[in-house]
Amino acid sequence: MTIGFGIFQIIVSLFVLLSTAAFLTWVERRLLAVWQDRYGPNRVGPFGLLQAVADGVKMLFKQDWTPPFADRPVFVLAPAIGMVTVLLGFAVIPVTSGWSLAGGLNVGVLFFLAMTSLGVYSVVLAGWASNNKFALLGGMRAAAQMVSYEVFMGLSLLGTVMLAHSFSLSDIVLAQTHLWFIVPQFLGFVTFLLAGIAETHRLPFDLPEGENELGAGFHTEYSGMKFGMFFIAEYAGIVLIAAMVTTLFLGGWLGPVLPPLVWFVLKTGVLICFFILLRAALPRPRYDQLMAFGWKVLLPVCLLNVAVTGAVMLLVSP
Amino acid sequence: MLSSVRTLWLTFLHMFHRRETVQYPEQKPYLSPRYRGRIILSRDPDGAERCVSCNLCAAVCPVDCISLQKTEDQGRWYPEYFRINFSRCIFCGLCEEACPTYAIQLTPDFEMSEYERPNLVYEKEDLLISGTGKYPDYNFYRIAGMAVPGKDKGTAEREDPPVDIHSLLP
Repeated sequence: MTIGFGIFQIIVSLFVLLSTAAFLTWVERRLLAVWQDRYGPNRVGPFGLLQAVADGVKMLFKQDWTPPFADRPVFVLAPAIGMVTVLLGFAVIPVTSGWSLAGGLNVGVLFFLAMTSLGVYSVVLAGWASNNKFALLGGMRAAAQMVSYEVFMGLSLLGTVMLAHSFSLSDIVLAQTHLWFIVPQFLGFVTFLLAGIAETHRLPFDLPEGENELGAGFHTEYSGMKFGMFFIAEYAGIVLIAAMVTTLFLGGWLGPVLPPLVWFVLKTGVLICFFILLRAALPRPRYDQLMAFGWKVLLPVCLLNVAVTGAVMLLVSP
Repeated sequence: MLSSVRTLWLTFLHMFHRRETVQYPEQKPYLSPRYRGRIILSRDPDGAERCVSCNLCAAVCPVDCISLQKTEDQGRWYPEYFRINFSRCIFCGLCEEACPTYAIQLTPDFEMSEYERPNLVYEKEDLLISGTGKYPDYNFYRIAGMAVPGKDKGTAEREDPPVDIHSLLP
């Protein structure tokens, strides 16, 4: 692979990702509307398709205000960190066998976990630099939630890694040629999905932002495009988690008849729609319920999954 | 856990339900005649102003958004100016209830947004319509016992002639 093609790939990936994330704001609102018997945004352009553009223009021209009491450098840096970590996470995802930035990286899974962990800094620093009690509380809750769900997010992937005998995401996809890992690793799939939703602090696990008790949470003081970057990072995070679930448990680009790229996009898209359905259907749990669910239910389940997978592999293998 | 999955499924089924949205600017909602929207001043069937500037509407208004000044012309009272500040008005309808002459009425029109706040102050020219509003037949000066040009005391509809209180005759 030449350097030129690599740069081309990076630019295309970046463009596709950012436009997908912006477009998702429209998709989400339309889908939520469908599930609540409404129409959603349908005024700007055909079917409201230009809503994302309108929102972007509004964001750009809004007053971008930094509060005088904020820690300015950190305040500005925080949303950028969130954005960068999410975008870096995409580097290791193999879209198809021929199209990936670093899909063959031999520690791909670890790189992904590292990047999602770094995402914690974004929210914590945002909450802390805002110098506002509600933002700080939101940031702290985000930190506690993300750290605890990070623990078994890694564990839930262990079974997959054991079955594929590799940390490389391309190898993991290729190991699913005959059977998607969602079947032998169903517990891992469910726990990873839940951990992933909590990682991107999506509903129903959006407790860092619980507006009824925290104001807007860690981004209370943010305005304009800095707020927009949190927003876009969240949507890019959804795409990232959906792509990871596709890669790890749903056979990535593998599938009959249709070209590999279509299969990947299709699976990721369905998962994203499922995330939005979760938002439309489920109420937000209380914060202590969230933590208890993570530590007391999901962590033991993950450990059990790893133990059982190991035992079965020992029994089956010669 | 099961209930969560059931919720997901039931929410998903809403995809096939009818949508309830009213596409507002194209699809106007029906508002009954007694809807409390934009306030108007009506005229009586003869085309004269109904308002007699009794000040009851301004007195009853809970937010003090009505301001008017009385003036007189040949025995008839009418407002010299009549001003409603719609940026204050809460559309409670108390002014309409207080009005003894059906002059002030609330109509089903609610599309009265403005870009400039001062534009929400309606003067008498903006409020006064040429019709009678909701009460087509009511004419205060024909019923009231006041003497106005063309109508002496005792000649109003359903009015007895004035009694001479100094006379002893039955």
